[in-house]
Amino acid sequence: MRRFIVSVLLIIICFLLQTTVFKGIAFGGIVPNLLIILTASFGFMRGESTGLIIGFFCGFLADIFFGNVLGLNAMIYMYIGYANGKFHRIFYPDDIKLPLCLILFSDLAYGFLYYITLFLMRARFYIRYYFLHIILPEVVYTLLITLLLYPLILWLNKKLEDAEERSARKFV
Amino acid sequence: MSPIVKKKGEKFTLPGKYLLFILTLLCTGLIVITFNTNFLSEPVSALGGAVIAPLQEGISKAGSWLSTRSRELVQIRSLLEENEKLRAEIDELTMENIRLQQDRYELTNLRELYDLDAQYDEYEKVGARIIARDSGNWFHSFEINKGTEHGLAIDMNVMAGSGLVGRIVDVGPNWSKVMSIIDDNSNTSGMVLSTSDNLIVSGDLRLYAEGVISFEKLIDSADRVVEGDKIVTSNISDKYLPGILIGYISSISVDSNNLTKSGLITPAVDFEHLEEVLVITQLKQPPGGN
Repeated sequence: MRRFIVSVLLIIICFLLQTTVFKGIAFGGIVPNLLIILTASFGFMRGESTGLIIGFFCGFLADIFFGNVLGLNAMIYMYIGYANGKFHRIFYPDDIKLPLCLILFSDLAYGFLYYITLFLMRARFYIRYYFLHIILPEVVYTLLITLLLYPLILWLNKKLEDAEERSARKFV
Repeated sequence: MSPIVKKKGEKFTLPGKYLLFILTLLCTGLIVITFNTNFLSEPVSALGGAVIAPLQEGISKAGSWLSTRSRELVQIRSLLEENEKLRAEIDELTMENIRLQQDRYELTNLRELYDLDAQYDEYEKVGARIIARDSGNWFHSFEINKGTEHGLAIDMNVMAGSGLVGRIVDVGPNWSKVMSIIDDNSNTSGMVLSTSDNLIVSGDLRLYAEGVISFEKLIDSADRVVEGDKIVTSNISDKYLPGILIGYISSISVDSNNLTKSGLITPAVDFEHLEEVLVITQLKQPPGGN
């Protein structure tokens, strides 16, 4: 229950920040993708199921407000969360290289999937331009923010795990 | 590969694989439904309006405060330099002012000619504040803090200052989503004010950075359209009210088919620093009254 509330709050806060505050301090009109950080982190920290559920809700929120169709973002985020969950087995909390790499590739994958579904389908073939001006800056900015946000998510997760362990022990 | 059941306890857990499959089906269903119909948007947007929109409204104030501060910091450095430059410019502008006044007479004449006089004033307008922008970097849609409760509806035109911003594409009880004309998937039917030639104005992601939008399919065999001409929304558009200023032609060239022309338009609205907009609460086509 506690985990559920914290997750919901995290998703809402990240979404709010991304659509309001970060739009105000965007460098060159590019905002970092906090929702990807959240989805990917939960994926490799908690496993496939959590990753895909968090991804689904992150994407769904983006769809409600800014999607042309409902469910497209939800699907992309969900698959990214699921794919990150595959790395749960080789994830160690002390290691920051793997999370950074995973978030980098997640954001890249998100950019490409989004391009394919919403731009390539409308016969916009300037992938080189989009890569250099949209996808790449977003990835770099996202990675920078990851360095700040990721330790926070990690800390929260650890706190939650500790609390869960304590209450589990109480019942035994 | 057998499904990995992580917790063996009294709690039933669904393996990720199956959950993924189910949710994929759900998403696909939602995409198909919302692509073709509209009936899901109402409950969903009501849900979003109840929780997210009020929060966004509060936080976006903090966001705009931050952006104002950061803009100030950047400006202080260049202010001194700019001051000198501005003084020189004043002289230039005085000259230009005289020229513009002449232009204004011309504009008044043109407006009368096209019955545009006081047209903007005739439309009922509602002011609204932008509370959030698209979560990604691909489109330029944004959210405003008014919705059906304030009498807004889908397809209402949105203006800022004297220019066209876009139209409402989604509406909730206390928020609406506005698709701007610079959005990559936006096409607007426009008209050259001086010659009444029709053209199609379309946003393009690649042109955002330069602050222009493109136009195409302008048939101008008499070569009368020149750079600097005003583009307004056309009479034949079924979403936009006629005669709203879109922008000015900044470059024009003949297409390879030698029949039509295309080029770039500088929008009349500064989309980068948009904070408040006006929504015209009059629809071009009243619902059901086709």
